[in-house]
Amino acid sequence: MLSGKGGTGKTFVSVNLAVTAKNAICIDCDVEEPNGRLFLKPEESVTEEVYTKLPQVLEEKCIGCRKCVDSCRFNAMGFIKNSPLVFPEVCHSCGACSLLCPTGAIYELKRPIGIVERGRNKEVQVITGILNIGEASGIPVIQNALDTKITEKSIMIIDCPPGSACSVMESVQTADYCLLVVEATIFGFHNFKMVYELVSLLQKPCGVVINKGDYTYYPLINFCKENNITILCCIPYQEKLAQIGANGEVASEKDDETRMIFSTLLDKIRMEVRE
Amino acid sequence: MESEVCVSFGRAPYFLVYDTQSDVSNFFENPGAASQGGAGIKAAQAIVDAMAETLLTVRCGENSAEVFQGAGIKVYKTTKVSAKENIEAFQKGELAPLTHFHGGFHGKI
Repeated sequence: MLSGKGGTGKTFVSVNLAVTAKNAICIDCDVEEPNGRLFLKPEESVTEEVYTKLPQVLEEKCIGCRKCVDSCRFNAMGFIKNSPLVFPEVCHSCGACSLLCPTGAIYELKRPIGIVERGRNKEVQVITGILNIGEASGIPVIQNALDTKITEKSIMIIDCPPGSACSVMESVQTADYCLLVVEATIFGFHNFKMVYELVSLLQKPCGVVINKGDYTYYPLINFCKENNITILCCIPYQEKLAQIGANGEVASEKDDETRMIFSTLLDKIRMEVRE
Repeated sequence: MESEVCVSFGRAPYFLVYDTQSDVSNFFENPGAASQGGAGIKAAQAIVDAMAETLLTVRCGENSAEVFQGAGIKVYKTTKVSAKENIEAFQKGELAPLTHFHGGFHGKI
């Protein structure tokens, strides 16, 4: 589930599809603000801490060859007064420095950056990645959340972060099909084109769900036609949906019309994936 | 020497090294100018490796400042347009140390 712009309805579509599919694994990869669990309310949750690695320098072993500094693609290291200096916020934990150090002067320290919560709501397995506030990269949390076994009968729904940056790429790597949720506005359309470019680059098949689509927004419709993108459904803005959402409830459990929309959408996605 | 001092430290295209004893000066390219990230750290490292004792700049970020602090390099804020005018002002003791280090602009102006 992707969308360029935030607030388009990724979580709305994700949780409703999960509830409709019943036998589903719903993974919230929007680790900076995971909201799926507010609606799915998982029970018997188990949490696991996620770590990243931060290089540490043993000054007495350093011979000053600067291989660590030169190998750092992210410029996360300086070399001052005969000793490497690490900038934790710039470090991407790639491990190159400790690997290339000829004297073993660099070791990696585990640093907690977030948690992954695994619980259940009836037949839906609810997995939530939560990044600690202030952390720069949620990739390790996303990787941990996605490291989940899937059975043949279940479907995995991955709720991505908004935008089209690294964290989104990481989230869609294993996906068979991408659902692009778009809002029928200029802003929504602009960012939609960016995520469409991303999934095209990753060669993922995709389809579109127009959310809050009260009226026909021609630039979007024409773009989909020109690029041969299937519009799977259009969910109009409805006050009742906003009310159900504000109460932290799942619309397809409360409203028959919405249940039908998502049931049809799920069938369409299944057909698209088979093709 | 008549060139303007770049408003950015980490992304400045060139650095001017000036020897106050011999009056010898030369430019070198900033290896950090085109980096995707950590430009300030790489640029600051180049200043350290150039054996500079003092840096004159319009502004610089926290990461660069940490490198300078570690290396004992003093940072002064430029007030004039050209490199030459700023060096002269520094030598007369007219420049003040840079005390505010920004948290990075990351694409913002």
